[in-house]
Amino acid sequence: MAVTQAAKLDAQKLRADFAVFDDLANGKPVAYLDSASSTQKPRQVLDAMREFYEHSYANVHRGVYTLAENATAGYEGAREKVRAYINAPSTREVIFTRSATEALNLVAYAWGLENLEPGDVVVITELEHHANFVPWQFIAKKTGAEFAHIPIDDLGELQLDALDGIAARGNVKVVANNLVSNTLGTINPVEKLAAWAHEQGAIMVVDAAQAAPHKKIDVQALGCDFLAFSSHKLCGPSGVGALWGRRELLEGMQPFNFGGEMIRSVSLERTSWNELPYKFEAGTPAIAEAYGFGVALDYVSEVGLDAIEAHEHELVVQTMDALAEIEGVRVFGPPADRRTGIVSFELENVHPHDVAQILNWENVAVRAGHHCTQPLMTRLGVAATTRASFYLYSIPDDIDRLITGLRKVKETFGV
Amino acid sequence: MSDESFYRELILDHYKNPRSHGVLEPADATAEGQNPLCGDEVSVYVRFDGDVISDISFEGRGCAISQAATSMLTEIVKGRTASDVATMPKDELLDEIGIPLTPIRLKCAILGLGVLKVALHKAKGTPLPDEWRGVDGDDLTIG
Repeated sequence: MAVTQAAKLDAQKLRADFAVFDDLANGKPVAYLDSASSTQKPRQVLDAMREFYEHSYANVHRGVYTLAENATAGYEGAREKVRAYINAPSTREVIFTRSATEALNLVAYAWGLENLEPGDVVVITELEHHANFVPWQFIAKKTGAEFAHIPIDDLGELQLDALDGIAARGNVKVVANNLVSNTLGTINPVEKLAAWAHEQGAIMVVDAAQAAPHKKIDVQALGCDFLAFSSHKLCGPSGVGALWGRRELLEGMQPFNFGGEMIRSVSLERTSWNELPYKFEAGTPAIAEAYGFGVALDYVSEVGLDAIEAHEHELVVQTMDALAEIEGVRVFGPPADRRTGIVSFELENVHPHDVAQILNWENVAVRAGHHCTQPLMTRLGVAATTRASFYLYSIPDDIDRLITGLRKVKETFGV
Repeated sequence: MSDESFYRELILDHYKNPRSHGVLEPADATAEGQNPLCGDEVSVYVRFDGDVISDISFEGRGCAISQAATSMLTEIVKGRTASDVATMPKDELLDEIGIPLTPIRLKCAILGLGVLKVALHKAKGTPLPDEWRGVDGDDLTIG
């Protein structure tokens, strides 16, 4: 991983862009350790969206007046930014969705329903987020395809030696995996899986929701067929995400939603579909949000993904070292150099919800729960974990306060 | 923000020493349920003498609030009729818990009560609580 000394980011300086850190309680800002769930938004994104709404807003792709042209240019400009961010070959292959979840559902429904049948195998992993798990489980059941999973080892890393056994179960048609686990931070070997999927004649579907904010993504280097990610996890607004798909696959698929914008012509007898990507963008999209998504990509790119990755690595090392000093703490997942800025752990005999509640008294915000990865929780033998996750504005003091808070949890519960 | 009395002694005592904990075998009614927000799990086991709950136990894992509340619940409902408990307002349990709960924590607190009402529904046909109606995925958690 790229932890070489690239340009270092100055988190303390970047925090000036985030108004939430001006809000103090007992003289301290929130120690926001829940960025894997959703990130805070910098002024640059919020100001740009306000400016867009105030001076460039109209519906897109319709009006011939200047405002509509400006709005369309803003919206389509964001599509180009998404394309560049993931090194996709063409903007025609970039579809705006409501979220990464909707993007993955689009593939499961529009590709899966049409192409799967009994005897086929859909392969997911034991550490998949429900967004890339439940749609495939549902579509597999509907089409009679088998639903197989790649197990993980005790460090939370995929056991690729299980692949031969899975291939023996039928025609592998779909392999779906997250590039980074949202619960453990594990960086998964998607290139290897994509190569294996293609050997089987399967498509490779990548959930990059947790990877895109933290490391460079190149869909051509990954060798995948579909890739989904969202805006709100990388400093952009919620309500918008993106799906990239190979053009020939997208062209062969029927639409996912029907309505305005996605048609070429409609008559009482028949309807024909619009060209890519509009075939998959029925209805008025989240226009200003897509625009803000583009601004967020600019912001993150300017800070630099190598710098973000290196910064988060330092914080992960600090956190794992500090947690190792606390008796009764068990950290899940791989070593620091094989994960992004996520640390999930449990404190013996205290439920994560209670941990999070007491940490909140210290104005430390963590996530407690199953993180939409219940099969993974079952594998780890826990109902839930506490998760601390970082981003470009996270600072070492956030982690110091986490550790102080954990000592208070132990005191309260007498453990 | 700080509320040191949240984990008051009574709650921690029920959490660490849950009453009526374990499996009742045989039981006349059982149900299990999860809180999808945080993965709290509760199973309840009930025996009846006619319509009266003569014995009750529970098992589960989850936060202090969910487990302590279910422990308290077993003490409240023993000796009462199924129809009485099925219509029992959640405030009766919340008063016993006695701490202010945010909407998220409220779900933890009433998980056991909901699961008990599901068990009563299955055994005695009493009404299901609102939050358990229409829960019919592939794999019913109230199965």
